[in-house]
Amino acid sequence: MKNLTTLLLLLTLSFGVRASEGIELQEADVDLGDKASLLRGAHHFVTYCLGCHSIKQIRYLRLALDTHADEKEVLRDIAPFGASIYDNLHSAMNKHDAEKWFGTQPPDLSLIARSRGADWLYSYLKSYYADSKRPFGVNNLVFEDTAMPNPLWQLQGEQHAEIRKTIYGDRIDLVLNKEGTLSEKEFDQMVNDLVTFLVYVGEPAQMERESMGKYVLIFLFLFFGLAYLLKKEYWKDIH
Amino acid sequence: MKPSRLNACGEWVLDRFPLASLWKDHMTHYYAPKNFNFWYFFGSLALLVLVNQFITGILLTMNYKPDAKLAFDSVEYIMRDVSWGWLVRYMHSTGASAFFIVVYLHMFRGIMYGSFKQPRELIWIFGMLIFVALMAEAFMGYLLPWGQMSYWGAQVIISLFSAIPVIGDDLSLWLRGDYVVSDATLNRFFAFHVIAVPLVLVMLVFMHIVALHEVGSNNPDGIDIKKLKDKDGIPLDGIPFHPYYSVKDIAGVGVFLIFFATIIFYMPEMGGYFLEHANFIPADPMKTPEHIAPLWYFTPFYAILRAIPDKFAGVIGMGGAIVVLFLLPWLDRNPVRSIRYRGGIYKKALALFVISFIALGYLGTQPATPVMTNIARVFTAIYFGFFLLMPIYTRWEKTKPVPERVTMDLTLEEQFPAICEVFEEITEAASAPDDDGHQHAFRSVFFSRRPNPEGMRNVATRLAKKLKKSLD
Repeated sequence: MKNLTTLLLLLTLSFGVRASEGIELQEADVDLGDKASLLRGAHHFVTYCLGCHSIKQIRYLRLALDTHADEKEVLRDIAPFGASIYDNLHSAMNKHDAEKWFGTQPPDLSLIARSRGADWLYSYLKSYYADSKRPFGVNNLVFEDTAMPNPLWQLQGEQHAEIRKTIYGDRIDLVLNKEGTLSEKEFDQMVNDLVTFLVYVGEPAQMERESMGKYVLIFLFLFFGLAYLLKKEYWKDIH
Repeated sequence: MKPSRLNACGEWVLDRFPLASLWKDHMTHYYAPKNFNFWYFFGSLALLVLVNQFITGILLTMNYKPDAKLAFDSVEYIMRDVSWGWLVRYMHSTGASAFFIVVYLHMFRGIMYGSFKQPRELIWIFGMLIFVALMAEAFMGYLLPWGQMSYWGAQVIISLFSAIPVIGDDLSLWLRGDYVVSDATLNRFFAFHVIAVPLVLVMLVFMHIVALHEVGSNNPDGIDIKKLKDKDGIPLDGIPFHPYYSVKDIAGVGVFLIFFATIIFYMPEMGGYFLEHANFIPADPMKTPEHIAPLWYFTPFYAILRAIPDKFAGVIGMGGAIVVLFLLPWLDRNPVRSIRYRGGIYKKALALFVISFIALGYLGTQPATPVMTNIARVFTAIYFGFFLLMPIYTRWEKTKPVPERVTMDLTLEEQFPAICEVFEEITEAASAPDDDGHQHAFRSVFFSRRPNPEGMRNVATRLAKKLKKSLD
C-alpha cells in the first residue's frame, strides 16, 4: 500500500521536472543514405565522445560493412590507435574515475537516439551556455544542470544566455560570445553528422529494413490481388 | 508402384485417425452464414497473429537471456547480430499490438451483432478468458526486454496487488519473489510468458472454436440460419467454410499483412505506441522515468484505475471493467441479436461506449492532471453505465422486425459506382481545358477536377442525416 502511494506520487511529481519541458527543439537533418556524413559522425564521435561514452553494441566492422567503407580505412580514419576491426566502441574510462569526476557514470550511447530522438540530441549538443554556478562552468538549455561538460566548446565557441522579455514571459536566447574554431554553419553540420551516426548506431538494421520493405509490400500487393481474384472466382455463384 | 504405396500409408493413418471426418466436420461441411462482412475477418486474423507470436517467440527465446544482467543486451544482440533477428523481434513486438487491435475489433463485432447471446454465451466466456490470458501474456512479455518502462510498468502493476487489504503486501511480495521487481521476477515472468500462459491460450482458443462449431456462427443479421434448411439438411443461407471462407480469409490476410508489413518495415516503434522510447534505456531500479504509461492496449483500464480516487477502489474498478464484459450475455435482456434490428437507445448507448473506450485509451497515455482525471471519471461512468444500466434500457428498446433470411451486403465492386458518384459530386470539372489533346486517363480523372464545396456540403449533410436516421 505504501509502495503504491509513493509510486503514484512519484509519477505525478516526476512529470513536473521533465528535463526538456517547454524548450522548442531544433530539427536535425538525418539522412542515413549520406554515408559520408555518417562516417564523419563516427570520426567525430571517436574524437570527442568516446573518451567518456561507450557504444558497446556496435563494432567497427559493422560500421565498415554497413557504409561499404574499407575496413583498413575505418581503422585508420575512425578507430582510435591500436583498435581492432572486431572491437566494440568501448570507452577507456573506468566507472570509478567517472563517478569521481562527474558524479555519475556517462551512459552508454548505443540507444540514445532511440530513447531521446535525433532532434533532442541535435538541440542538446548546441544548447550549452556559460554558467559559472555549475562545476564545469557550463549549463544546458535542453537538459538543465546536466553533469556533462561541453566537449565541443572549442569548436563552437562560448555561448552565453540572454533573457529576453516577451509578452509570453521570459525567453532565453543563446548568443555566441567567443568565436570557436568552426563557423556556425560548419558546427551545425558537424553536430548533424554526429547525430546521424548516433541514429545509425541506435538501429543499424534500419537501412536494411527500409530498403527491404518495398519488395515485401510489392509481393503482398500481388498476393492480395491473386487472393482477391481467387475469392471472386469461388464466390461468383453465391448471391 | 510408388503412388499406391503412398496411398496405402495414407489409408493406414486414416484407419487409425479421423482426419477425414475432422476435415469434413470443421471445414468442408461446416456451414457458415453467407453474409459475413468486413467484421468477420478478425477471428481468422487473431489466429494468424497467434501463430505469428508463437513462431517468432520461439525464435526469440533461442537468443534471449532471462537474466537481469543480460536481458537488455541480449535483446540488442538479437536486433543487431542475430541474422534476421531484427525482423523476428519486430514481428513479435508489432504482433503484440496487432493482436490487441484484432481482438478488440473481434470483440466489438460480437457486441455489435449480439454474437454473445443465447446459444453462444460459452463462446463469449471462452473468448473473454482468452482476452484475460492475452493481457497476462502481454504484461509479462513486456517485462522481458528489461527496459525502463518494462521495469517500472511491472513495478506499478504488481504493487496494485498490495492495495488489497490484509494480504496485499504479502501477495505482491509472493508474486514478485522479491521486495522490488528483480531477477527473480524476470525469471518467473519468462516462464509464464513462454510456457504457462501460451499453453492456456492454446487450450482456450481450441475450446472457443469447438464451442463455436457446436452452435454455428452468428451473422450480421443475427439470424439463426439453422432454422431454414433444404432437403439435405443444409442451411439455406449457409455455405461450406471451406472453400468459401478459407479463400475469403486469405484475401483478408493479404490486406492485414500489407498493414502489418508497413509497420514492421517503416514504423516499428509506431511513434512510441508499439515500442516506447523510454524502453530503450536499460532498467534502473534507482531512477523512476519521467512518465510511466502502459502500452496503448492497457490504457483504457489504466485510465479507469487512475480515475477512481481510492486506490483499492481503483483496482476493483479496473478489474470490474473486465468482469462486466463477462456478464454481457446476462446483462443484455433483448432477444434481438444484431444492431441492425435493435432500437435507437441501444445504438446510442453503444456509440457512447465506443467513444468512452477510445477516450479512456487516450487519457491513459496522458499524464494525470486534475482536468484529465475529471474527464476520465465521466468516461468511466459512461463505460460502466453502458453495462450496468443495460438490463434496464434494453427492456425499453423498440426493436425492428428481424427478417427470415439473411441480407447480403454489397461487395466492393458493387459499391464502386456509388463511390464514383460521390467523387463526381464532391469535385467538379476544372474550367481550363487541357491544351494537350492527348490526355492520360488517370490524369484526366484526378487532375482535371477540383473540389466542389457545395457538393461536399451536400454529401456531408446526407451522411449526417443517414447517421441520425440509423441511430433512431
